[in-house]
Amino acid sequence: MSRPEDTLLADVHYDDVEARKYTTSSRIQNIQASMTRRALELLDLKSPSLILDIGCGSGLSGEILSDVPEDEGGPHVWIGMDISPSMLDVALQRDVEGDLFLADMGQGVPFRAGTFDAAISISAIQWLCNAENSETSPAGRLSRFFNGLYASLKRGGRAVCQFYPKNDTQKQMITSAAVKAGFGAGLLEDDPETKNVKVYLVLTAGSAGEGGKSSDITGIVEGMEDVDVLDNRRKGKTGKGEIKKGSKAWIIKKKEQMERKGKVVKSTSKYTGRKRRIQF
Amino acid sequence: MKVLTLNFLTCAVRACKSSSDSFPLHPKDAELASDDVEVNPQLLVNLLPRLDWKALRTTSAELGFPQLPEQPPTIEELQADEKTLKDLHSLLMETNLMEGKLVCGHCGHEYAVREGIPNFLLPSHLV
Repeated sequence: MSRPEDTLLADVHYDDVEARKYTTSSRIQNIQASMTRRALELLDLKSPSLILDIGCGSGLSGEILSDVPEDEGGPHVWIGMDISPSMLDVALQRDVEGDLFLADMGQGVPFRAGTFDAAISISAIQWLCNAENSETSPAGRLSRFFNGLYASLKRGGRAVCQFYPKNDTQKQMITSAAVKAGFGAGLLEDDPETKNVKVYLVLTAGSAGEGGKSSDITGIVEGMEDVDVLDNRRKGKTGKGEIKKGSKAWIIKKKEQMERKGKVVKSTSKYTGRKRRIQF
Repeated sequence: MKVLTLNFLTCAVRACKSSSDSFPLHPKDAELASDDVEVNPQLLVNLLPRLDWKALRTTSAELGFPQLPEQPPTIEELQADEKTLKDLHSLLMETNLMEGKLVCGHCGHEYAVREGIPNFLLPSHLV
């Protein structure tokens, strides 16, 4: 699979030809629609809301936001920002209902505090990991984006960003930038370990959840079918201090440490860590 | 761009983040257009507490609309009075800024608006 963000900038890559291709391809339309519906499900909005669409492109996902029926809490009003003028031009021709903005998400989110009920972003934030010139760095762009987003969301608001991470490092980089900005962050993966894996970064801004449910991603996916929760935080907490010094587990851990350092270590057997018999 | 959006927009320049003059942005040489949008009372009720009424009054005066009342309507008033709801709806949702400029009151930066799309791309020294 080719990755456009490796070769060109977003506003250069999505020129008139590319923007039209992107919008008219029925395959891309279907994928975008299903991802937007999944994101909406994660946002769980109960009444008509104001939503920010980051990297709205030609408004494919915005259309779905405007079309949410009344009994499911819609229709929502959305404001979309994108860096590619060609994409926005296609959106204009398609006559989408939301407001459009020509803006770079890596320069922040120019809205006053507490503006939006929710934010959505489909296949966009991986572009943040690329810096176009020496004056900007991916880390700076990520932190400006997440700080701006955090401020512009109302307390208790959620953001769902679907993105295509290049590798685990990128995934880690994006998540930690979000956490640093103050978000409760979690990753939801649909179809993990297949070619069609979809990664959703679920962010919650402040305030605890209702009814004792935790407000972060673990609370959101509670009650959803086919979701396995892997909570790394809990593992991190209990990982240390549990092993008693001098116990067999401790000895094996130490041996592994030494082995990693390249020292010669005796092999582990059933006698490892056992007391010696009493000698007369 | 809807007047509703204008009520939430601030200047994107970093030096303006801490200044209160950077909000609201002032429309200049504005060309307006009116769009038909279906009235969504629940949405307006949801948005009302978040609107900056003072800023909305300034904006509507600058765009040449009749003066808005001093105080925002309460949610009950909005739900009871059809006319208030209609007026607010037509100002916030149906009035669109198509061409012109948005000027920051602090740094004076001008954001061009073309075909209803404001350009918020900044040169890197201002970010």
